[in-house]
Amino acid sequence: MTGQPVLEIRNLDVDYGLGDQAVHAVREVNLTLHRGEVLGLAGESGSGKSTLAYGLTRLLPPPGVISGGEVIYHPPGGEPYDVLGLSDRELRAFRWAETAIVFQGAMNSLNPVHKISTQLTDVIKAHQPNLSAAARTARAREMLRLVGISPDRMESYPHQLSGGMRQRVMIGMALALEPQVVIMDEPTTALDVVMQRQILGQLIELRERLGFSVIFITHDLSLLVEFSDRIAIMYGGRIVEEAPAETLYRDPMHPYSQGLLGSFPALRGPRRELAGIPGSPPDLRAMPTGCSFHPRCPKAFEPCPARLPILGQPDAPTGGGRTVACWLHPARVPVG
Amino acid sequence: MKYLLQRIAFYLFTAWAALTLNFVIPRMIPGDPVKSMISRFQGQMDPDAIESLYVLFGIDKQAGIWDQYVDYWGQLFRGDLGLSFTSFPSPVSEVIGTSVWWTVLLVGITTALSFAIGTGLGVLAGWRRGSWIDGLLPATTFLSSVPYFWLGLVAIALLAGPGSFFPSSGGYEPGLVPAFDQYFIPSAIQHSLLPAFTILISSVSGWILSMRNMMVTVAAEDYITVAHAKGLPERRVALSYAARNALLPNVSGFALSLGFIVGGTLLVEIVFSYPGLGYLLFRAVGAKDYPLMQGIFLVITISVLLANLLADVVYMLLDPRTRKEG
Ligand SMILES: Nc1ncnc2c1ncn2[C@@H]1O[C@H](COP(=O)(O)OP(=O)(O)OP(=O)(O)O)[C@@H](O)[C@H]1O
Ligand SMILES: [Mg+2]
Repeated sequence: MTGQPVLEIRNLDVDYGLGDQAVHAVREVNLTLHRGEVLGLAGESGSGKSTLAYGLTRLLPPPGVISGGEVIYHPPGGEPYDVLGLSDRELRAFRWAETAIVFQGAMNSLNPVHKISTQLTDVIKAHQPNLSAAARTARAREMLRLVGISPDRMESYPHQLSGGMRQRVMIGMALALEPQVVIMDEPTTALDVVMQRQILGQLIELRERLGFSVIFITHDLSLLVEFSDRIAIMYGGRIVEEAPAETLYRDPMHPYSQGLLGSFPALRGPRRELAGIPGSPPDLRAMPTGCSFHPRCPKAFEPCPARLPILGQPDAPTGGGRTVACWLHPARVPVG
Repeated sequence: MKYLLQRIAFYLFTAWAALTLNFVIPRMIPGDPVKSMISRFQGQMDPDAIESLYVLFGIDKQAGIWDQYVDYWGQLFRGDLGLSFTSFPSPVSEVIGTSVWWTVLLVGITTALSFAIGTGLGVLAGWRRGSWIDGLLPATTFLSSVPYFWLGLVAIALLAGPGSFFPSSGGYEPGLVPAFDQYFIPSAIQHSLLPAFTILISSVSGWILSMRNMMVTVAAEDYITVAHAKGLPERRVALSYAARNALLPNVSGFALSLGFIVGGTLLVEIVFSYPGLGYLLFRAVGAKDYPLMQGIFLVITISVLLANLLADVVYMLLDPRTRKEG
């Protein structure tokens, strides 16, 4: 099942604003999501994770604009097409039916004046107008049951649900049309740790049953190590390292990944020293030259401030199936 | 439900306080206002009317203050607000009863129309920022800062000359008898056009602006992004998600503005000599017709309180978060 791409992001650039004022929040991002896989996306606050998610679904709030690149979607059994080239009507049909998204602020993702049932069924109605009202309701109830909420809650208003329940409703809603791709932007950050793991565990289980792919965004690498197949690390709007979760956890190559891993306690194996990363994320308006991480990098050396390392497969014994953008591991096979 | 009962109790208390104030204030007027007024109607008032006036004004020195108070409430509940001096010997309740309809129809209809039009345009302007409606905003901002009556004066000066279609004053052709017939109704409508447009033009912009701003605020909410992400039709996102939420504060504003129908457009009625309650109050003040003034204030107080109650009820119906269970 895995192996075939379902979503390919190619050279995606996203800016906030136009011309000289533009902030380049996402730059030359190349990322491939495979069928049935959970791809984790991690990085500090402000590294452009949400912007990437909004960009590839074309939901950027103003003044966000996509200034370059392609997002190729491979429908099951159909010809691949560029999401960025869809007309408004095609885009509406594409949204949620093919790619659903659970937002960072999922607490406020439900319309306060409508019942849960209305909000679950209106999306089904919009995409499957031929379905009867009874069938829509049945489907909505099924989705609630799927995420562990009693279908009695259909007639509740959002404010009558707890945060965790609202979160589950959003996840259920995301799965209502059986999309191929589900993007989760820090879907559980507002919840306590136990609840987080419970919901994510449920999600992974559903993924195995329903066969969708997940892009999972968080700044909590420990969650990703546990729940994802592959992990991509973002810094300053670029992907700086990408590898299978186990590989990245055991052997991070980019000093930034090492720093991120060092900033939470090890889950298994020997205890590691909690290091964290000194300094603060870069100002997108005044990015450092060369590798944007070099001012904070403990291992920076002569090429780092001068030239930008490109993301590519490193020339190292463990280099298979992974990419990194770092002068310590110069690319043998660049991506893109 | 409990919440609503609390509100009703609060409004009853406020009504009581306002009416009690209405009782107390004339009693603090120094001297004997009734006597000086009665002297103007020498020999035309029967002793009953004079007696009722004394009760109303508390110059009934024989009775204790408590008895006066009880009498006052008794009169109110019988709908007896005393006799008007200016329209002597008509009772105040009757004088108010005839002019209140002019105001309610003119201002009520224009207020509702203004709210509907303003909200509609505001939704469009807020949803499609940068469209042609945004071009209207500076003009509407200007108009909303112009007082009603000034706009009314301008309208009269420009449009209501001799021989013009628009009459410059009154509520109907002098000489017609108010009745629901084919002579009176068209005349009343013709007379109401200018004041109605004056009110409409100067009040609609307020609704446009506030609705537009609420739409802009709501459009940035997460649930709107979700609605877009769900691929819902644009109309549904704009109306059922954005406008439905943006409307909430405006609806209570609208209910409150209904309360000010009665007293709020005094100046327009004066400018157009429109036979409504505002104009009546103006004449009552001019003629020192205290019973009439008191009666009008009473009507204004009660309508403001009723409007507040209406605002509460409407808000509860529209916003599930204010509905308390149980
Ligand atoms: N509307 C906007 N206008 C201008 N700049 C913006 C806007 N939204 C985001 N940015 C900038 O884009 C960068 C990336 O933001 P983004 O929200 O994608 O970060 P993130 O990785 O999701 O962070 P977090 O973990 O805090 O959610 C940030 O530096 C932010 O300042
Ligand atoms: Mg984010």
